[in-house]
Amino acid sequence: MIALSDFLIVAAILFSLSVAGIFLNRKNIIILLMCIELMLLAVNLNFIAFSYYAGDAAGQVFVFFILTVAAAEAAIGLAILVVLFRNLSTINVDDLNRLKG
Amino acid sequence: MEKILFYFFAGILLFAATMVITVRNPVRAALFLVLAFFTSAAIWLMLEAEFLAISLVLVYVGAVLVLFLFVVMMLDIDTSALKEGFTRYLPLGLLVAVLIVLELIAVLGAANFGLDQVPVPEGSDESNTKTLGRLLYTVYVYPFEIASVILTVAIVAAITLTLRPNKRKTQDPAEQVKVRSKDRVRLVKMASEKRQDGKGKP
Repeated sequence: MIALSDFLIVAAILFSLSVAGIFLNRKNIIILLMCIELMLLAVNLNFIAFSYYAGDAAGQVFVFFILTVAAAEAAIGLAILVVLFRNLSTINVDDLNRLKG
Repeated sequence: MEKILFYFFAGILLFAATMVITVRNPVRAALFLVLAFFTSAAIWLMLEAEFLAISLVLVYVGAVLVLFLFVVMMLDIDTSALKEGFTRYLPLGLLVAVLIVLELIAVLGAANFGLDQVPVPEGSDESNTKTLGRLLYTVYVYPFEIASVILTVAIVAAITLTLRPNKRKTQDPAEQVKVRSKDRVRLVKMASEKRQDGKGKP
């Protein structure tokens, strides 16, 4: 018998690993995008675990929409990345200072 | 048996996530991300979310991560410059990660969401796809339509961002139809020249 807390703790560790990944790989945009995908995965795991233990399928519908939006986000993010690389020939975050923000 | 399977999958999932954030090569990171998604699909199967588990494999492993791999391999990236600062931020990143884990476990741990508080449900006899479909096409039909619009917008945005303007010599039918006769020939009125020898009419 697996408790709900086991799934929640796995998701929590996964989420914090991806937060650490954003800290560690702050130069490389591709790895940053991958870390965001991992974060969404952890959130989805939470949704599905709660949906199963509460006996309510609404959580799975939410996961469905999160998957949709994440796919759209990945497609647009990678397109922006390709355009960026074409113009600057780098994906180093430190070199992206055109706007002087 | 269930517990062994769960810990097996959870261990592989966390191992793959650790490798994603630590390996030097982005191609390897993408491949470990594939492993992470695949393993979490297995965990979702244990939670009786069969439809979403299959669609995670199809949509994520099949499409999004292939897109990642494609972009990583297409761009010629110098990874050595991108990895500097890795050890500098390691203590801070670890500190924040450990703090987040401790906080979340304090809230979500066995004391609040253990077997005593939340017992394992019976599970329904109806197929998961049927349940999801009934919900999606009745209660959530409006968000469902919006999701399809979002996907269309994403396609349009991605194509317009990466489309290069055409540099070759081509015909533009719109320009050809729009043209007027005065764009082609210009008639100029000017005085006639006189004869060089000064005799007769010009």
